[in-house]
Formats: sequence, structure tokens, C-alpha cells
Amino acid sequence: MSPAGYIAAALLVPAAGAAGIALAGRWPNLREGVTLATAALLFACVLGLLPTVLGGSLPQLFVLEMLPGIALGFRVEPLGMLFALVASGLWIVNSVYSIGYMRGNDEPHQTRFYVCFALALAATMGIAFSANLLTLFLFYEMLTLVTWPLVTHHGDDEARKGGRVYLGVLLGTSIVLLLPAVIVTWVVAGTLEFTPGGILGGKTSSAALGALLALYMFGVGKAALMPMHRWLPAAMVAPTPVSALLHAVAVVKAGVFAVVKIIVYVFGTGTLAATSASDWLPTVAGFTIIAASVVALRADNLKRRLAYSTVSQLSYVVLAVAILAPLSVIGAALHVAAHAVGKITLFFAAGAIYTAAHKTEVSQLDGIGRRMPWTLGAFAIGALSMIGLPPAAGFVSKWYMLSGALQAEHWVAVAVIAGSTLLNAAYFAPIVYRGFLRAPAGPAHGEAPLPMVIALVATAGATLALFFFPQVPLALAGALQGG
Amino acid sequence: MQAFASHYTYWVTVLLLGAGLYIMIARGNLVKKLVGLSIFQTSVYLLYIAPGKLIGGTAPIVSEAYQVYSNPLPHVLILTAIVVGIATLALGLAIVVRIREAYGSIEEDEIVAADAQAGDGR
Amino acid sequence: MIAAHLPALAVVVPLAAAPLIVLVRHAGAAWALAVAAAWFSFGASLALAAQVADAGVVSYAMGNWPPPWGIEYRVDALSAFVVVLVSAIGAAVAPYALKSVAAEVPGELRYLYYAMHCLCLAGLLGMAMTGDAFNLFVFMEVASLAMYVLIALGRDRRALLASYQYLLLGTIGATFYVIGVGVLYLQTGTLNIADMAARLPAVAGGRPAPAALAFITAGMSLKLALFPLHLWLPNAYAYAPSAATAFLAATATKVSVYVLLRFHFSVFGESAVTALLPMPEILIALSIAAIVTASLVAVWQADFKRLLAYSSVAQIGYITLGIGLATRDGLTAAVVHLFNHGITKGALFLLAGGIVLRAGGARFENLRGLGRSMPLTALGITLAGLSLIGVPGTAGFISKWYLVLGAIEAGMWWLAALVVLTSLIAVVYVWRFVEAAYLSEPGEAAPRPGEAPMPMLVVSWLMVAACLWFGFDTSFTVGGASRAAQLLLGGAP
Repeated sequence: MSPAGYIAAALLVPAAGAAGIALAGRWPNLREGVTLATAALLFACVLGLLPTVLGGSLPQLFVLEMLPGIALGFRVEPLGMLFALVASGLWIVNSVYSIGYMRGNDEPHQTRFYVCFALALAATMGIAFSANLLTLFLFYEMLTLVTWPLVTHHGDDEARKGGRVYLGVLLGTSIVLLLPAVIVTWVVAGTLEFTPGGILGGKTSSAALGALLALYMFGVGKAALMPMHRWLPAAMVAPTPVSALLHAVAVVKAGVFAVVKIIVYVFGTGTLAATSASDWLPTVAGFTIIAASVVALRADNLKRRLAYSTVSQLSYVVLAVAILAPLSVIGAALHVAAHAVGKITLFFAAGAIYTAAHKTEVSQLDGIGRRMPWTLGAFAIGALSMIGLPPAAGFVSKWYMLSGALQAEHWVAVAVIAGSTLLNAAYFAPIVYRGFLRAPAGPAHGEAPLPMVIALVATAGATLALFFFPQVPLALAGALQGG
Repeated sequence: MQAFASHYTYWVTVLLLGAGLYIMIARGNLVKKLVGLSIFQTSVYLLYIAPGKLIGGTAPIVSEAYQVYSNPLPHVLILTAIVVGIATLALGLAIVVRIREAYGSIEEDEIVAADAQAGDGR
Repeated sequence: MIAAHLPALAVVVPLAAAPLIVLVRHAGAAWALAVAAAWFSFGASLALAAQVADAGVVSYAMGNWPPPWGIEYRVDALSAFVVVLVSAIGAAVAPYALKSVAAEVPGELRYLYYAMHCLCLAGLLGMAMTGDAFNLFVFMEVASLAMYVLIALGRDRRALLASYQYLLLGTIGATFYVIGVGVLYLQTGTLNIADMAARLPAVAGGRPAPAALAFITAGMSLKLALFPLHLWLPNAYAYAPSAATAFLAATATKVSVYVLLRFHFSVFGESAVTALLPMPEILIALSIAAIVTASLVAVWQADFKRLLAYSSVAQIGYITLGIGLATRDGLTAAVVHLFNHGITKGALFLLAGGIVLRAGGARFENLRGLGRSMPLTALGITLAGLSLIGVPGTAGFISKWYLVLGAIEAGMWWLAALVVLTSLIAVVYVWRFVEAAYLSEPGEAAPRPGEAPMPMLVVSWLMVAACLWFGFDTSFTVGGASRAAQLLLGGAP
């Protein structure tokens, strides 16, 4: 199949899968079979693109002209390739996990759940492969809308409230800030294509560039830059597989992916470095990192703590790319992958604990590691990655970020990275400590259902593997710089 | 004064227009509102017809004997407009009949009150 | 042979169908006739649009009397665009009406519904195609009278009062229009719109021209329900039979917008209008008031059809806002939104009609749990609602794109901000429906599980599909609208 064919397949396979899941809704085993087959097929399609992208070319697919001069088009560049690989690969694992979780907890509306999940992946692929801002915006909004039914899955008052915050913040920021930013870019630059080196260079003043950058950075609400982060804790009312794949990987990574793409391909790091337009951004990102870590430290609900950890980790990516140093941009790209595998492991573990022991608060977790050793072991590896210690993937990306910050002599960033590492340790270490070293309380129970354990061990393994074999992500991240 | 006298048809037009509109707004009786509407529309007939008349002119007959004649087009137009006006009036009255059947009244305030009362029970 | 007479045939066929239906009197046969006439008009309109795309302007001398003495039918890029919208909606609603009207209109009156549908269609098409200002008035009244009847056929007694109020206000609007035309006629001595445009500059100096402009603008503003002249609209839309609401909401106000555009830009010309009256400022101020107040009022409605009606007032505000900008992009936004909002609101009212049929009403207690009892209807309303908000991938987004673009290019940043901010109010009222349908347990007033009858569902979903289709493929909508905008601003067609 030609590269363009792979792109089309990557978009159509999950969409067709959604239709198949809906049709197979009456037979749960068949339905889950369709989900797994779709996930595997999607991963194969994305893998099919990898050699081409690693070979240095950019496969393209042009569908139609949506507006005069603006196409609905796709182009696979290295960062999008990395994002698509991570999202589609983790979807397979997450589907296995979902089967265990949804059945183990007797969740309602399972067909709707799997349909929306497949659609969310279709939207994610659209974001990852988008060739211009309009295509990105289209799939960005689609992702918000198809994940809303997943956030409000339980249909109770809490879900309704969470859904309102989720939709309000994400749709609000994208319509009020992102859409005007896109239109202004179109007016100023006359194009919306992602172009190495940016499209705004020399087109407008430094002040206007700064204002536009602010519209973009806060408009991409999915990147959860404070004060636009409230939707992420609100989304935690969703079933855990949703929090794991979407609100630790697909949706939030779509946000930071958009941020990186906009800074690298719309503004251009060179353009921004030559002006003072982005000087404020590292400060805002740094503030988000520290503030979210402090909130996480005080949160007793496990999923809430993980959500604020995600807010903080996302801003690492924003911070790294905002420093504009070549090494830190590589770090940003790597962190997209590293955080994904680590955080999904943590959420998998949280969901496994909920399914097996019905515990949701950190203070209830005494001795949980003795009853669920695999789960808490995986959790510990995920936590290592979040803190940024070897031998976990987080160490690699953090290393690059820190090197970039030092290279650029950006001392605020260095201080933020160092300080937040301590904070990360402060809110993850007690959980592991409680789980393994305190005496268990309450009725006895074992591990969660087998599919869940398999899934979380697999992602924990991936977290370690990315530390030892970071070649592919590194090659892609490096190619991003090469243009 | 000259302008007033030579343009008196316009003043009548404006008077009818204002009177018709006033009746439509000020009267609560649905039939009287329709009367106002008719008066309002009549003002337009005058607006079109009056300028078409030439003093001393005849009907537009194609003949050497008649050099000065009135413009026939406004008459034709207003004939159409009158038909439209009658259709509107007839439809309006028909609706008023139906309203009286449904509400037992043709006073606007009573009808609104009846709806408000029924609205509470819904 | 037929190709040369398309402008006349598109109007005459539904016009002739109406008395035929009254003679037939049988509801089923009446329906069949109405469907045939509506689809004929649609086909003729499409063929006509193709001719216009080739030739630029199609001129047809009615009865072979050459213009400017005879009545000319003059179809250019703008009228072709409006004609396609109107006839498409007419063709879609006619097949839908069978089951909906059977459920909402008493048996002995049903044939009248179809007669009025044909009359209304003929009137609206005539308004959009005629090149004669007085003929336009006649068609306006034909369409309006048919509309009053359609609304009065609603089964709620409040439909009668709504129809009566619309009759009064609509007649005032039409009479204002005809006063304006009369003054222009006295000034220029012609009723042919193109001829009038040519002669007007010579006499535009005095007081009559601004008076005529003011009368026509006020009259058409009433007809198109520009805030604060919109008071007739919510009740009329809420209590009319569902099929009639869908037809009227998608077409009637849009054709009035067309007339306003025609007089402001083709007859007077943009610069002349601005010199006579501060039209852009008035339009922008009223549009903003319409968008903000009507959207907010919509949020609090207890009845879904009324909610949609108030949303229409707000959406008309977006159209007139584009007209007020009076730039190429602003006018493109106005014309494209005319179409996009037409199909979006058409789809929404059609689906709401299905709910009325199944649940006996469309109040919010009827909508609870709709996601389970009528899943396809609920999904359709959600998708069309996204188009109302202006989410990318739907027709509404295209309108919003051009509107914001127009505002930014005119340097009116605050206006661009206002347009996107008010979209959020639309999110609120659309999500009221979504939460009721998907996150509420069905109550006593909710319908028993089961969709609306198949023909209604199919037509509604075709319209929903159009909302999505025109969000991606915009060559027809944006192409047509930008040609129309260019034409209005005096460029080559």
C-alpha cells in the first residue's frame, strides 16, 4: 500500500471499527473482538508509515478543498508519527484493559463506550497527521465532542457536572481563542499549512506575535495550561480506561502536540527566538508545573492526584518547547511518548485497585501492594518515570529538557524542573510506601481481572523499554528539528 | 402653503397611514385592528393612484384625438394591490372567527389572559 | 425548449398545483401533487442554477413582453442561490409532510395544507426570481397569505393568535415595502429593478430616495424578523404544524433577506445607502442586540420548538451582521449563512416534528431520555445542533469562519470576539437538549421507544447529512455566496 493509502487507512479503520462495534453491540464477545481487531489493524497501518517517515520523507494525503485555499489534508511529519504510534499502540493495550474493567465493574452502555472510543482514536489520528491548522482544528473539536459521552458515561449528577466543565472549557477555549487565532493567522500569513520554519516570520510585529501566541497557547485548552486546566480533573468522573488512554494519552497529548506543532511549524522557533514574543510562556508553564504539583500533593483522591500530575507533566512539554533550544524541543517530543506510557500505567493501576478493592483514596491504600503486587509494582515504575529517575522513560526526556535549559541558560526553567522533580517524588513516593510497607486493612482480595493485569504490566514494561531502547522516538524527535 | 395645497393628496395619504397604524396599535379588539389595517393599506392606494392622474387628462386611448391621458400603470398596480388587500382582510376575519370559536372572545387582553391561565396548568 | 422557460415553470407549476389540489380535495392525492410540484421546482431550480453558472445572468421576459415594459424574470448568482435553497427545502418538506400533517392537522383540512405549501413555495420562488419590484410585492403577499394559513392550521389554539399577529405585522411590513417601491416608482418611472438601479443615481439627491430606502428597509426588517421587529416569529414557529415550521424557518425569512440585499446593494448601491442612512451602524447594532438577547432568551425556553425559534432570531442576527459589514467577506458570510442556517434549522425543525408526532409535544419533559427512545432523532438533533453552534465539519462553521474573517478584515476586533463569544450561548442551549436526551431518565411525558415514521426520518436525516456535507465540500455554498457577494458589490458576476 502507498503511504497515502496508509494515512487514509489510519483514519478510516477506527471510524469503520466504530460502525462495526455498533453493529456487533448485541454480542459482547464479538464486539470486543471487533475493538481489538480494529486497534491491531490501526497500529499496523501506523507502523506501515514508520519506515517512510524514518527515511526522511513526508507522506501526504490531500482530500478536498474545504475553503478556498485551505485543504482538508494530511501530512505525516516526525512528531505526528511519534504521537500516532504512541496513541495507536496504547489503544491495543487499553482495549484489553477496558474489557477487564468494563466487565469487572458491570458498567452500563458498553457499546456506546467502545464506539466513542474508536471515534476518539479516529480523531486523534486526524490530529496527528493534520497538514494544516484547519484540519487540526477540525479533528481537535471532534475529539472534544466524541469524548464527552465517555466523560459523562455514568449519567449521574456528578458526571453531568464534570461533563459541563469538560465541554465548557474545551469548547470555550477553542471557539473563543483558538478559532480567532487560526483566522488571524490566515489573514496575516495567507496560508495555514504547517511549514518548517513557520509561516509567520516577518509578517507582523513582535507584539502582535506575542498576542497571537497567547491566543494559541490558552486556546489549546487540551494542553491544560493554567488557568485552562480545570477540565482535566473534571474529566476524572469517567471510567478509568477513559482517564487512562484519553486523559493521559490521546486528548492531552493532542493538546501539547498542537502546542509543539504551532510553535515549531506556525511560528517557527527561529522567529520566536528573534523576537521577545514568547518570553512569557516559560513562566506560565513553569507556574503551571509547580502549582499543579502542589495541588496534586494535597489531593487524597488517587485519580485526582494523577490528573493534577498530568497537568503538571503537560506543562513540561510546553516549557521545553518554549525554551526554544534544540535539545529541549527533542525533550518535548520525547516526553510526549514517555509521559504517555508512564501515566497510562498509573491510571491502569488506579483502575485495577478500584476494580479489585473499590478503593479510590490514597489514604485507603495501606498494604495494597501486598495484595496486588503486580499492580503496585507497575505503579512504582510509572511513578519513577513521572519523577524522572532511571531506569524509566521519563528520565530520558527530562535529561534532554534539562540539557536544553542549560544550553539556553534558562535558569528559571532549570529551577522549575529541579523543584518539580522533588514535588513529584513527594506525591508519588508516599503511595508506594503505604502500599508496600504498611499493614493491609479490610477484607482480603487479590489482583484485578487478568486482562487488566496483563495490560498494566505491558505498559510498565514499555516504560522501562523506552529507557533502554529510545532509538525510534529519538530518531523521530531529532528529525523534527531537522525539518 | 403652495406646497401644501399642491401636494394635498400626500397629506391625506400620511393621515390615513398614521390613523391606520394607530388603530392597529391602540385597539385591543381584533376586528378593529383589521379595520385599521385596511385603512393603512388604503393610504397606499392613494399614494400610487393620485400622481397618475393628470388634470384634464382622459383615459389612455390610442387615438389622435386624445393627447393628454392619465398613466394607466398605477391603476393596474393598485387593482392588484386591492385584490391582495381584500384577500388579507378576508383571511384575517376568518382567523378572527376561529379565534372566537376557540377562546370565546375577540379582545386581545382576554385572549392573552386565557392563554396565561391555561399555561399555568400545563 | 423547456430550458428556455425554466424561470417561469419553476414558479408556475407549484402555483397551478395549488388550485388543482383544492379541486381534488383528497388528502393523499393532494400530497402526491404537492410532492410532484415541489420536486419539479427543485429540478428546474437546479437546471436554472447551472444555466446561471454558465451564462452569468438569465433574463426571461414574461409573456414575451420585453423589459422594462413587461415583467422580467432575472436570475443572477444571488437569486439562483436563494432559489436552490428554497426549492430544495420545499422538495424535502413535501414528502415529510404526509405523516406529520396527518398527525397534526384535522382530516378535512389536510388538502389545504398541501395547497398552501405549493402557494407558499411559488410565492417565495417568485420573490427570488422576479426582476420587477411590484411583482415582488405580489409574490410576497402570495407567500405570506399562504404562510398565515399554514400557521393557523396548527392544532394548538395559540396558533390562531400567532397567525393573526403575523398577519398584522407581515401586512404592515409588505405595505411599507410597497410604499417604498411606490416612491421609487414616482421618482424613476420604472418598476424594473435593473432599470430602477440605472435611473436612480440621477434623482437620488432629494428627500424621496432616503424615504423610500427607509420604508423598504423597515418593511423587510419586519418580514425577516430583525430584532426588535421579531415579535411575530417565536409564536408562529412554535405553534405552526411541524412541517410548516420547518419549511418557513428555512425559507421565509431568508427570502426577505434576499429582498433587502437586492434593494440595498443592487438598486441603491452600497455607497449610496451609506450616504443616505447610517445603515451599517444600524444593522450591526441591531444584529448584536438580536444575537445576544435572542440567544439568551432561547436558553430559558421550556419548549424545544420555541427554543429553536428564538435561536432563529439570533441566527438571523448573524446574517444581518454580515450585511452590515458590507465587505466581500461579510456579504459572503451573510449569503452563505442564509443557506447554511436554512438547512440547519430545517433539519432541526424536521426532527422536532418527529418528536411532536411521537410524544405529543416538544417540551423539555418530552425530551428526557430521548437518546434511548428515539436514538436516531436525538443523534440527528445533536449533529444539526453542532452546526448551529458552528463546530468545524458542519455547515455552520463555514458561516462563522467568514463572519469572523469579515470582522477581522474590517478591523473590528471586538465584533469578531463577540461572534465567537455568542457561539458559546448556542453551546448552552444545544447542550440543554443533549443533556435532556442523553443524561436524563425518561419521565411520564417521554415518548415510548420508537422512531418517527420512516419517510420523516429519512428526509430529516438527509437534511442533517446536508449540514455535514456542506461543512466539508463548500464549492457550491461558498462558491455561490462569494459570486453573489461580488455581484452585490458591483463586480463582474
